[in-house]
Amino acid sequence: MSDDEARLSTRKRVTVPKTYKLYVGGSFARSESGRVVAVADADGAFRANAAKASRKDVRDAVAAARKAFDGWSGASAHNRGQVLFRVAEMLEGTRDRFTAEVAATEGLSATEAANAVDTAVDRMFWYAGWTDKLGVLRGGVDQVAGPYTVHSTPEPVGVVGVVAPRQSSLLGLVSVLAPVLVAGNCAVVLVDTELAVPAVSLCEALATSDVPGGVANVLTGDPAELVSRLASHSDVDALDPSGADESLRGELEETAAGSVKRVLDTPLVEPDWSTAPGTKRLRALTELKTVWHPIGE
Amino acid sequence: MTEPDPNPLEYAPALESATVAALRERYRPFIGGEFTDGSGAVFSSVNPATGETLAEITGSAESDVDRAVNAAEDAFRGHWGSISGTDRAKYLFRIARLLQERSRELGVLETLDTGKPVRQATEFDLPNAAAWFLHYAGWADKLDHAGFGPSPAPLGVTGQVVPSNFPLLLLAQRVAPALACGSTVVVKPSERTPLTALVFGEICEQAGLPSGTVNVLPGDSESGASLLAHRGVRHAVFTGSTEVGERVRRDLAGRGKRVTSELGGDGVNIVFADAAPEEAVRSVVEGAFFNQGRVRCAGSRLLVEESVAEEFVARLRDRMAELRVGDPMDRNTDVGALGSSAEVERLSELVERGVAEGATRWTVPATPPRHGDFMAPTLLTGVQQSMSVARREVFGPVLSVLTFRTAREAVTKADNTPYGLAAGVWSEKGSRALWTARELRTGVVWANTFHRFDPTAPFGGRGESGNGRVGGAAGLEAYLDV
Repeated sequence: MSDDEARLSTRKRVTVPKTYKLYVGGSFARSESGRVVAVADADGAFRANAAKASRKDVRDAVAAARKAFDGWSGASAHNRGQVLFRVAEMLEGTRDRFTAEVAATEGLSATEAANAVDTAVDRMFWYAGWTDKLGVLRGGVDQVAGPYTVHSTPEPVGVVGVVAPRQSSLLGLVSVLAPVLVAGNCAVVLVDTELAVPAVSLCEALATSDVPGGVANVLTGDPAELVSRLASHSDVDALDPSGADESLRGELEETAAGSVKRVLDTPLVEPDWSTAPGTKRLRALTELKTVWHPIGE
Repeated sequence: MTEPDPNPLEYAPALESATVAALRERYRPFIGGEFTDGSGAVFSSVNPATGETLAEITGSAESDVDRAVNAAEDAFRGHWGSISGTDRAKYLFRIARLLQERSRELGVLETLDTGKPVRQATEFDLPNAAAWFLHYAGWADKLDHAGFGPSPAPLGVTGQVVPSNFPLLLLAQRVAPALACGSTVVVKPSERTPLTALVFGEICEQAGLPSGTVNVLPGDSESGASLLAHRGVRHAVFTGSTEVGERVRRDLAGRGKRVTSELGGDGVNIVFADAAPEEAVRSVVEGAFFNQGRVRCAGSRLLVEESVAEEFVARLRDRMAELRVGDPMDRNTDVGALGSSAEVERLSELVERGVAEGATRWTVPATPPRHGDFMAPTLLTGVQQSMSVARREVFGPVLSVLTFRTAREAVTKADNTPYGLAAGVWSEKGSRALWTARELRTGVVWANTFHRFDPTAPFGGRGESGNGRVGGAAGLEAYLDV
């Protein structure tokens, strides 16, 4: 075998690169700023250029989320459940791809990454089943002392701004996004560009799962640069600072006070995302409405 | 034949006796189970209906806040934190019974201090305050079944700032669930209306509540701010205006505290053409002028379907003209005094601005006592959404009338405020009433009724009306680490 032939037989295939974009209003688009950031795998090898969202992108995403809110919150709980089950199905079907991406992004072994992906799929599945049970979790019949029928039901809080976890790319993102969607809220999620690869793949699963455009918007970028825009935006009803650095929390709470925004009570140090979540997020992301009506002949 | 009496329905005054209130010359902070002199400035509480000084109160300084929070921390770590839920329940039950037994005394005291009609204080404020303790007494040993998982833990010391419109009732709504959950409490009543809260301290004493479990600190807004900011306070509960609530949240940002804020409102009654007119008129008037309109969920806006607006407003005027404005100690009185002369001034300006912006004013032809802080119920017609009177929290006896043509338009106009507390819907068509109730962005909807409250029914707002719920199992959540 000649030297040339040897080179040919060992040469790796030249791959087709994927462009990592923002997911806003159901479409994948570059940042209006044109900014990108090089993303490396955990071993330092160049992976891709991820879009680096700007403050204008945040505003556009909030507008898209608000526009989608009436439709998504107005859909029946059964229908929202079907859509979210479909997301779980899509994730299940692409487990191997997610496993490779999570392993490369987080520097996990293949087994560890597969466990994280399995838990993420199961979490999406678990949350999907909650859509038509929130009324049991929170609310019910109020036994007032008088001739009235009174019931309390949970309603979505509205548009929710989320800083995605940094310690867990796919599982962390699913753990914060799913509970937002369950209750009929719309999300604007900020993801650190380092975690862009699994995040954009999740968006592709959302885009092909009948999740209406604008219900979930995912912006890759520098959350520290963007989150104050979410906190101060009067059209954002709640803020989940899960992945926000401790140094940012005070400022976020202060900014959020301006529009009496709900700020989720999340720990300063990220929890182990593989542990069962409980119902805290579902409660925090809903508002109770109590309706009275008299009873009479 | 005798001449007909020109005023056949004139009421004879039915005055309640002020001595029932057992007023003392001086009231002091209740800290660690004892009434002790505070180190703050002495201030007086004034009867807004007469301008007379009722009593002197020693206020609370920083050092008193410190003592009270320490006492509450000790009680939380000590006796109150370790007794069984059933024992906590019995203490709450004792408090409820004592409130019932001393209901007349506290009702009259509340009237003297706030200027609200004594009939309302004794028939609404006091029975409800007791009912709240009774309801939460039952929860204290059933927290495992409240929907927050097994053995939900209390947060610790709760600091509470309570406003002046329902001093004792709002205290009860916040202290009862806190105690049921196993938290201990430091409460600061409004500087203008501290008296019933201080007698409540005495009730805690009579109930044998472990010392330090409930502490009452009379004082000004500065005492309130230092209480909520105190590092020993794990949970800050602020009830009051949105403006101050936002400031409180900014002050507390990044301190790792839970903050519950129950803020303002800009309530509305939506009256469709097919509404039962008698009930609707009565409730719209009651909704706007109950407690002098000083209710955060007051129906200070009326949205009436255009086709019946003229007739409805005429009926409204007739009904309003029957309201008796005057001495709060008279059991015939419907509308008493406002909290202060500054409130009268603020509301007069608000009405004047509404008129300048194009609204038409009509005021009940009443002659309230000259020396108190009174304002006769006022109706503004021809109000547009852009006017400040339709967008701000009114918090006084002023009712604005707007009109609509379609249900969708009614909802859009009703929601056209940053608040989201309560609304009334009037229609004999069930599906329309329920549709409207679902579409409204509020925490409470009263369909074909208004201003109903019950300790089993969650009450609270959305948006800038705050984030808390009082009542029912939902009312426990704020006080639990869940």
